[in-house]
Amino acid sequence: MSRPTAAIVGPGNIGTDLLVKLQRRDVFDVRYMIGVDPDSEGLARARALDVETSAEGVDWLLARDELPDVVFEATAAKPHLANAPRYAEAGIRAIDLTPAAIGPFVCPAVNLGAHAHAPNINMITCGGQATIPIVHAVSRVTDVPYAEIVASISSRSAGPGTRANIDEFTETTSHAIESVGGAARGKAIIILNPVEPPMIMRDTVFCAIPPDADRDAIGESIHRAVTEVQTYVPGYRLASDPQFEDANERWNGQARVAVFLEVAGNGDHLPPWAGNLDIMTAAAVRAGELLVTGAAEPKETITR
Amino acid sequence: MTGPATNNSASSTDNAAVEKVRITDTTLRDGSHAVSHRFTVPQVRAVSRALDSAGVEVIEVTHGDGLAGSSFNYGFSAVRDIDLVAAAADEVRNARIAVLLLPGLGTVADLREAAAAGAKIARVATHCTEADVSIQHFGAARELGLETVGFLMLSHRNSPEGLATQARIMADAGCQCVYVVDSAGALLPDGVTDRVTALVQELGDDAQVGFHGHQNLSLGVANSIAAQRAGARQIDGTLRALGAGAGNSPTEILVPVFDALGVQTGVDSELILAAAQEILAPVVPRMPVADRSAIVQGRYGVYNSFLLHAERAAERYGVPAYQILRRVGERGYVGGQEDMIIDVAIALRDELGAAGKDRVTA
Repeated sequence: MSRPTAAIVGPGNIGTDLLVKLQRRDVFDVRYMIGVDPDSEGLARARALDVETSAEGVDWLLARDELPDVVFEATAAKPHLANAPRYAEAGIRAIDLTPAAIGPFVCPAVNLGAHAHAPNINMITCGGQATIPIVHAVSRVTDVPYAEIVASISSRSAGPGTRANIDEFTETTSHAIESVGGAARGKAIIILNPVEPPMIMRDTVFCAIPPDADRDAIGESIHRAVTEVQTYVPGYRLASDPQFEDANERWNGQARVAVFLEVAGNGDHLPPWAGNLDIMTAAAVRAGELLVTGAAEPKETITR
Repeated sequence: MTGPATNNSASSTDNAAVEKVRITDTTLRDGSHAVSHRFTVPQVRAVSRALDSAGVEVIEVTHGDGLAGSSFNYGFSAVRDIDLVAAAADEVRNARIAVLLLPGLGTVADLREAAAAGAKIARVATHCTEADVSIQHFGAARELGLETVGFLMLSHRNSPEGLATQARIMADAGCQCVYVVDSAGALLPDGVTDRVTALVQELGDDAQVGFHGHQNLSLGVANSIAAQRAGARQIDGTLRALGAGAGNSPTEILVPVFDALGVQTGVDSELILAAAQEILAPVVPRMPVADRSAIVQGRYGVYNSFLLHAERAAERYGVPAYQILRRVGERGYVGGQEDMIIDVAIALRDELGAAGKDRVTA
């Protein structure tokens, strides 16, 4: 049986890291790497990895006799807004790593099953991929009236797109904490830290919980979520056990659980400290594999 | 009857160009840290009225961490800061209300809301090496018709030349005054002079330069003098030094000191002294002080807002606050990373616990 085929659009660092991961996993046959600049280093890297490349953009891709089953979009919001309808028309499923968010937000450890047939899925943000599994782990056990995440990344891993529109990160992640994570209200904070050597990505998740919530069940659910994410992001770990604090009138009478995470990258194309970029590419690869192998069946949920 | 002495024999009227600085009072923003963001509407009204009457031109009102700062990580506000901005704007006759915004936390939507509530000045703060994350907010602020100020936080962590490069990014984005912000109270006067001089040279007529000082090493006022002499035209202070860490340069000292130097602030010394003594002091239970933890912050260059968070973590995890702060400094955490204080406290507790066990078994 022939393997499903893929194309990567956007030959930057993210695109190259995707390519390295996809080739190592060997589920997809990566046929094309698409850019717009003939002198692109990323296209040269792809050629060195035996992938056919073009600097003539999506026009070139859609003119191929053999279209890919899946396209991974690693450009930016604007190009994806233009490209997405064309992929859909050509029957190519799109996994969108840009902030365009045309398709539903997907976190593979949480809700891929609900969108197993979506023609286009969006990978939210790096902070979202790192923290939403934890918010969801808490919200599947108890009510979460409010969840807040803090993502700290190395300055060197924050690209020009992130910097030019950092509001997009906070707004997109906040929405996904609610719609995917299951919190009634979400808030997201991102910090860039320039320290050398670069710091590994850190994420903290604070969830408001009822004073009498079952802390053992929450703790167990969080550990289970971490194990699930580790299946596709090996460097994802708890920096300490979840920290519970009793109800407090400053927290509107709610108690709190705080979860401290570290996300080390796999060191594929990007250095290990760039866990924020690694978790995006790893989640996209995971989503792509589950979609094409039909393994994205609805995930079990605990009914309360 | 004689007035206060001036150590500048040439009175300002003899000079062709009168030297001036604009004082921005940030009691109701930086001071918010020191009261764990519990300011009430009546307190904000009273302080704003007193500052306005004294002739302070700019009053900053926001959660200590800026718009949208109300959070688990930084502490929840007792009153939404937008409501406090509206109250202050309603109270003042001449002063203009400024708001702080930290990109990555607050957004353009928050800025829009603040402008609608009556804010006239947007102060956008980034770490001293990350100015480019502020470009979208300066653009939006100018479109909203707001005056703009840029804050390069923890300025001691960048060289004068590096800081000037960052200041240029802000100025090009529409920032009208870039501040050297000594968030940790770590700079000595020469360090302030070098940085302000570098910014003045870089920015020329494109933007003014400002200075925001802290008292960790007891140098807030001295550093403000150094800044003014190097060309800074905007200086921050707070009443009774109310602010993060060891507190800020006290406004009621800055005013008479600049007066003594023959530098005009436009602020009435007697009225600002009264504001500090009679309005602010009675409503604040605990004034900032350069204690062991705060001095460690100054020496290790630790973001001053971390102080009360470190004290809470120290109590919870049974480790000394100054040790937490020292490690936070060694790790190079930047403004906003309050969550890492808990992380460090847990690690210290585990290390101290393990060390204790070793001693028992040895």
